[in-house]
Amino acid sequence: MSTAWRPVRVCADVSVGDELPGTTIHVDRARLIQYAGASLDRNPIHWDETFAKSVGLPDVIAHGMFTMGAAVTIVTDWVGDPGRVTDYSVRFPEPVVVPYETGADIEVTGVVTARDEASRLVTIELTVTSEGVKVLGKAVAVARLD
Amino acid sequence: MPVNEDFQGREYPPTRGYVVSAAKIREFAEAVGATDPVHTEAASARARGYDDVIAPPTFAVLIAQQCDAQLITDPEAGIDFSRVVHGRQKFVHHRPLTAGDDIIGQLHVDRVRAVGAHAMVTTRTELATRAGEPVCTASSTIVIRGDE
Repeated sequence: MSTAWRPVRVCADVSVGDELPGTTIHVDRARLIQYAGASLDRNPIHWDETFAKSVGLPDVIAHGMFTMGAAVTIVTDWVGDPGRVTDYSVRFPEPVVVPYETGADIEVTGVVTARDEASRLVTIELTVTSEGVKVLGKAVAVARLD
Repeated sequence: MPVNEDFQGREYPPTRGYVVSAAKIREFAEAVGATDPVHTEAASARARGYDDVIAPPTFAVLIAQQCDAQLITDPEAGIDFSRVVHGRQKFVHHRPLTAGDDIIGQLHVDRVRAVGAHAMVTTRTELATRAGEPVCTASSTIVIRGDE
């Protein structure tokens, strides 16, 4: 992930069932405040524990869009060019709860579920969990390879 | 139902425009942990064939949520924002958002339906350049919690 130029992955080299290198994303309050500033989503449920609990949440929760945005980096790193992602969709079944002391870990894995040689489009399904709970559902990205 | 059902099919006027900046792309990329240099170095982006640094795949939400605010804050819609939960999100990219793009968003309310005491609202924001080139379609489903 330096500035070294990387080639874009070639469709002919990819098979259905190929697994992408997974990752663990650590998220703490500082990270959520950084995302709040960058995304302009300043909802206090993502940084103010007192407010979050007052609306019935167990604690501060991560922005669903933070999790969606962080998870897709395993796809963009694997593809070799973030501009090749043509479709990306998720559901948000459960929130990522972010305690003050420990923060939270988000585990991301991905597998190729479809591949079309003519269009060079590949479909990748992501599995995204925190504390064993699925935090993104039906997380699917489509990218155009070389 | 905790939202006005008549809003299904409604379209809002195009927004006044959002200019995508290299600085905002960098901030957003750093915040989501996107380390590819196409987000931060114009030379890397040009080597990939782009005019300037490009945004990560979910950056479009920043513009789309500004469009969604037209509905959320519309008094006629009757939505209590403190009861809103994000249910689904989808992006279709026609090309990556690029620094320098002057983007107009148009919000469409595609679907309003009741699920028990709650309501689900699906909106679609069509993002295009001021010149009319389609860039991204961002669809969002929110759940508005009703009285339990």
